[in-house]
Amino acid sequence: MSYLEFLGQYGPRFFDGTIITILQTILAAILAIALAFTAGLMRMSRNKAVSGVSMVYIEIFRGTSLLVQLYWIFFVLPLFGITLEKFTAGFVAVGMNLGAYGAELVRGAILSVPKGQWEAAQALNMSPAKRMIRIILPQALIIMLPPWGNLMIELLKGTALVSLIAVADLMFQAKQINGLTFQSAEAFGTALIIYYILARFILTPGMRWLERFMARKMGKA
Amino acid sequence: MFDWRWSFVWEILPKMLIATGNTLMAAGIGYAIAVVLGLVLALAQRTPIKPLTFVMRELVEFIRSTPLVLQIFFVFYVGPQFGIRLSPWTAGMIAIGLHYAAYLSEVYRGGLDSVPKGQWEAATALNLSMAHTYRRIIIPQALPPSLAGMGNYLVGIFKDTPMLSVIGVAELMHTANAIGSESYRFLEPYTMVGVIFLLISLPTAALIRNFESWVRQKLGMSK
Repeated sequence: MSYLEFLGQYGPRFFDGTIITILQTILAAILAIALAFTAGLMRMSRNKAVSGVSMVYIEIFRGTSLLVQLYWIFFVLPLFGITLEKFTAGFVAVGMNLGAYGAELVRGAILSVPKGQWEAAQALNMSPAKRMIRIILPQALIIMLPPWGNLMIELLKGTALVSLIAVADLMFQAKQINGLTFQSAEAFGTALIIYYILARFILTPGMRWLERFMARKMGKA
Repeated sequence: MFDWRWSFVWEILPKMLIATGNTLMAAGIGYAIAVVLGLVLALAQRTPIKPLTFVMRELVEFIRSTPLVLQIFFVFYVGPQFGIRLSPWTAGMIAIGLHYAAYLSEVYRGGLDSVPKGQWEAATALNLSMAHTYRRIIIPQALPPSLAGMGNYLVGIFKDTPMLSVIGVAELMHTANAIGSESYRFLEPYTMVGVIFLLISLPTAALIRNFESWVRQKLGMSK
């Protein structure tokens, strides 16, 4: 079977898998961003309990593997009475894992906003919340966007693991097709190329665009 | 509700510890491959041969932007199609070593780029050979800025070893899966895997930070 015939026959399955991978990536990214900002800001709190909770979350999810977390959420959490459907368990695990890494980016970026900005905001009698939202966060956002780009690629790659709890993503379809045809080079090679296209020609340019857009918004371009 | 059984924990502990040894071995071998191969990938991008530079650059980008677990499957299953049978260990080590070599080559590249141009010119003026320049002048200066990245990826490769379980390398995750499907108890084995990972990766990360500042001090660099 030539490669074109192979694509003709299994193309639709690769397509379905790609859609699921994209969905998992988007949902996990939303969760990761929400968790990163929550945990990142909590980590900076002066309240020991608040920053402690955030620290435990960050250290646990950064200190263990995504695969371990995924299996734990999918197989062990039901024993505690929380049963997640596999699709949900997949993006929740990926989102929680990358959210912990993102929290460190958020914290680092906020800390690297020049001290004068904090003092100026205080001198203008801004409330701490207003200072954070209007002055600090927008500047921190510009600083943290480039590393977030790398994190998003890690996130996309991370979603490949959800295939191991039988979510029918791109990786899962590649495995199935490999099992049906034994054309491993074609099956896994095609999937590799699709992941590469998603990362290099969609995700990376998208993040670059966002960086430029934000810089323009901030009047820094 | 769940019930945590300590007796079961003690029962499976020996198996889990052996598996921990395998995990550490996998991470160690994979990292050794990555450290050497990464340097090759980084230096290959610095040759005057433009096509080689381009191919290496794209290869590194390709490896970095595709999932490791898929690469592991690829290496393991594609070999037999062309008559090369690889054991799970061999295939796993090639895949994970190559994956992290791509990451480390970027770390080295950053380190090499950070060496001021004057150092190269001075070495040329002193008539040092290329090999000598790299070994005695450039690499010692490129190393300290690379150390943080190298350390991060050492912890990273350790945390990625569970992916080797998909092709049957008997590391921690694989062992936990086997115990789980044998006994229908997943709570203890999976939790133990998590705890073992935490117990190893957190102190390692701290050690690496100390080592980094120690090297900087040794080389007379400020923090």
